[in-house]
This record gives sequence, C-alpha cells and structure tokens, in this order.
Amino acid sequence: MSRSPRSGMVENRGLGLWLTHAGLILGVAFIFFPIWLAFVASTVSQPEIVHPPMPLVPGDQFFENYRKALVAGVNAPVALMLLNSGVMAIGIAVGKIIISLLSAFAIVYFRFPFRRVFFWLIFLTLMLPVEVRIVPTYEVVAGFGMLNSYSGLILPLIASATATFLFRQFFMTVPDELAEAARVDGARPMQFFWDILLPMSRTNIAALFVILFIYGWNQYLWPLLITTDPSMNTIVMGIKQMFPSGDDIADWPVIMATSILAMLPPVVVVIGMQRLFIRGLVESEK
Amino acid sequence: MEKRVLFKGIWLPLLLVLPQILITAVFFFYPAGQAVWQSLFIPDPFGLSSQFVGLGNFEYLLSDRYYRASFVTTAIFSTLVTLVSMGVALYLAVLADRLIKGSGAYRTLLIWPYAVAPAVAGVLWMFMFNTRVGVVTWYLGLLGYDWNHVLNEGEAMSLVVIASSWGRISYNFLFFLAGLQAIPRSVIEAAAIDGARFWTRFRTIVFPLLSPTTFFLLVVNIVYAFFETFGVIHTITSGGPQQATTILVYKVYADGFVGQDLGSSAAQSVILLVVVSILTIIQFKYIERRVHY
Repeated sequence: MSRSPRSGMVENRGLGLWLTHAGLILGVAFIFFPIWLAFVASTVSQPEIVHPPMPLVPGDQFFENYRKALVAGVNAPVALMLLNSGVMAIGIAVGKIIISLLSAFAIVYFRFPFRRVFFWLIFLTLMLPVEVRIVPTYEVVAGFGMLNSYSGLILPLIASATATFLFRQFFMTVPDELAEAARVDGARPMQFFWDILLPMSRTNIAALFVILFIYGWNQYLWPLLITTDPSMNTIVMGIKQMFPSGDDIADWPVIMATSILAMLPPVVVVIGMQRLFIRGLVESEK
Repeated sequence: MEKRVLFKGIWLPLLLVLPQILITAVFFFYPAGQAVWQSLFIPDPFGLSSQFVGLGNFEYLLSDRYYRASFVTTAIFSTLVTLVSMGVALYLAVLADRLIKGSGAYRTLLIWPYAVAPAVAGVLWMFMFNTRVGVVTWYLGLLGYDWNHVLNEGEAMSLVVIASSWGRISYNFLFFLAGLQAIPRSVIEAAAIDGARFWTRFRTIVFPLLSPTTFFLLVVNIVYAFFETFGVIHTITSGGPQQATTILVYKVYADGFVGQDLGSSAAQSVILLVVVSILTIIQFKYIERRVHY
C-alpha cells in the first residue's frame, strides 16, 4: 500500500501527532492486555491466582506449568490435543484446496453435461456455516461411524465452495493463449493443469492455505460435538473441558498455559505470513 | 465470462468435480435437506417414531416465549458486537491512516488477534472477569463495584459482547485501513485547501467514500455475530443467566443436543438458514452494484 508523500496541509505534527500515537497505543494495549494476563497466569503458581489480585508480571513457574500441561493436561495431554488440532487444520486446508482446484479446473476448462448445475450447487454452499445444519450433519457422521475420528472432524468442514469460487475467478484471468499453446503442443489436460496452471496458482494456494488453516484450527462447535473421547479433543475445544464441573477450583496456570498454546500456531502463521494472510483475507471475501 | 480455449472430454471433468460433489452432497445438501424434513415432524419421547406436524414446529416456536426472547437477545447482541468492533476498528484505522510513518507497524500489532479463536478469547475474558479470581473483578471491587456476570444479566451480555468484539477488531481494522488508504489524497487536500477541518473532512468526504467498505463489513460482522460467536457464549456464560445470552445458534445447540428436542432444533436451523440466505442475498446485491460502478 504505497502512496505519494502528503502535502503539509493534511499532515499532523507536534501535539496532533503525539495524540495519534497515544490513541493507537491505547488500542494496542486493549488488544494485548487479555493475552498478557493469560501469559502471566501461565507462569505463576495456583495460589498466586486464587488469592486475588494476581501479579501483573510473569513468575517463575513457566516451565513447570507448560510441562504439566503438555505432558499431563487435565483430561488429555495438551501435546495430544495440539496434534489433533494440527491434523484437523492441515487436513481441512489441504483437502479443501485439492478438491477445489480440481473442480474449478473442470468448470473453467471443460464443457460437460450439468456443468452449470454443478456450478450452482457448489455456489449455493458459499455462506452456509456448519452451525446451521449441525444436528443432521452430526447424524450423518455418526451413521458413517466417524465420531471421534479425523475424517469426521475434517470432511464436513470442507463441504463448502469458497475456495472453488476463488480458484474459478483466478483461472478466468489466466490468458487463453497458455491453454491454446499447450493444446497445440499436444499436452493432455492434466499436463496443462499440473505444469502450467498449478505453478501459476502458487500464491493463491498459499494465501488460501493460511486462511483455511486458521479457520480449521479455530473450530469449536463441531469438535465439541463429535469428539467425546478426550484423546480426540482439539485444543481450542479442549480448554473448556479442563474446567471442573461444580465448585472445584480450576487449575488456572495449566488452563492458561493451554490457552497460550492454543493461540500460538495461528498467531505465528498470521504474523509470519502477513502478506499472504492479508491477500487471502481480502480475496476470500471478495 | 467464458473461456475460448477448452479441452475436450466428458469423463475427465466429471471425474474432477466428483470429489467435491460427493462431499458436498453427503455433508451439505443431505443434512440441509434433513433439517428441513425433520422440522416438519415431532419425534416421540423414545425416538422410535415421529409424527408429521406440518408447520407445527414453526408455529410452536414463534409462539414460544423463550424463542422470541432468543431472537431479541440475538438482535441486541449482534447489533452491539457489530457497532463496538466496527467503531473501535474505524477509530484506530483513522488514526493509523493519519501517520506517515509507522502505520505498518501498528497494523502488525493490531491484526494478529484475528488468529485467536472465539472460544479462546472467551476463556481469556472469562478469566479476567471471573467472579473469584478475576483481576478486573478485583479492581472493580476496590472501586466499590460488585461485578458478577454469573448472576447479573446485563453484565453477562456486556462481557460476551466485549469478548466477541475484541478479536474482531483486527479484521475490521484491516479492511477500514485499506479502504482509507484507497481514498485519493487529492480529494482530501482539496477540501483542506477549502478550509475544511479534520472532522468536517471526515464527515463529508472520507466516511461517504468509505461506505462500500462499511457496508461490506456490516454484513460480514452480523454473520460473524450470529454464528461464529458460539465459542464465546459457550465458554463464558453457557447462554445464562436465565437465557440472557442464549443467541439463536446457541439455542439450536442447547435444544438439539442438550435438550434432545430434534424437531424444534431442526425448525430453528431452518429459520437460521432463511436468515443467512437473506444476508447472502443482500451481500450479493451489493457486490453486483459495486461491479456496475
């Protein structure tokens, strides 16, 4: 987002500039405060938390709390929940990208019976979240015996067409000459797809992967319903399960360590791939 | 728009669309159809058979005090979440846009909470406002304010609104900042030459030019508040106290899985389906219009 230097007239200097920074820093502080507190809570001992107010600077229990969370957890080791979340998020991202690339290729580069029907069927799924059809989807998954399984976690969430639509839009912008040249050279359709279209889509694929990974990682309701076995819990839904029912006191340091671990992978992805992330976000909403 | 250059073949393209069609049929269209079908029946208490009641479930729902209350709750909740998250984001984006240097750094600092799951955001805020150990609760107590969102309906609503808006600010900020930076500087400078002060410029030029972004975000945020905030509600209040924070999606879950009232839950799903469809249509109309301009 580059722009030409501004004229002096709308530039702010002196006090105005400081007020601008102060306002922004206030905003950043508001955003950071809950996460800072969670981090502090994950580095102190239980007594320090249950006798409020808790300290506002980190303590010395960092390794102890994180080790306890990762190895033992409350219902299941958090390391295992991280693994489950990872499999689910990557499964959703990769699965959705593969089926979408294939069907977008077919819809753009071929004429076949029912093509329009397929396109509209896929298109219809665009904005309907899984939350709306939750009970019947649960029954379908249960009917297939896919409760407490990775396929049960992944498949229902790749049944939507955002990615197909995105790739279709992109393929439309690919110059016809490329396909023409490939055809004249005697390339088969799948060769063209593999050697030309796929390399050209690299950036789009990466941007979409970032968005879908975060989407998959942050799922809550679906894993809550279909993973009754604690060893299949994902980390985002597993946190709530760590709170005791009734009047028992929650193991706050371990729960907060788990919360930090739960947000770490998607946050690293967003910050590390900021460019791709913004691109993916803007494009998937277009 | 159609491609001129096409490949020949019928079986290959059918094979290519097959995986998506299969998955969509099994996990999308069939369940969506089932939701509509089930909404016309009432299962007996043992789940052995069900009785066709036509639109009975809908009639019952619309006359049900709790369901109507949930509609009102959802309206209040999503309006507040949309206003708070968009308001704060617009404020921050306007500030960041005023900077010549450093707006990129603030962007990096502000966008990453997008990656924090609503359910995790819920746990963080629930921890801060926890009635026993919460830091904010404790300091509020010092000021003489007795915070208890477990018992107080208004406080419960405030907390889920703040927690839901918090993570959403990033997303809105990103789009607002992009929208602001797309406004030609010359327009703003021309107004400045005419002597318009910052607030006048914002009200008469910047905000109207930003309206496509604002409208887009309005729809997207309402959809977010309707559906994706389930995690926040479930972790902080579980819909309570006295259903004060039971939004529609939460009620589908509570009635269908906790209460095992499948007919009613299915009917509620269908109503939600209609609501989403209306929002989708509004959005597509808007995209169409944008294409024309």
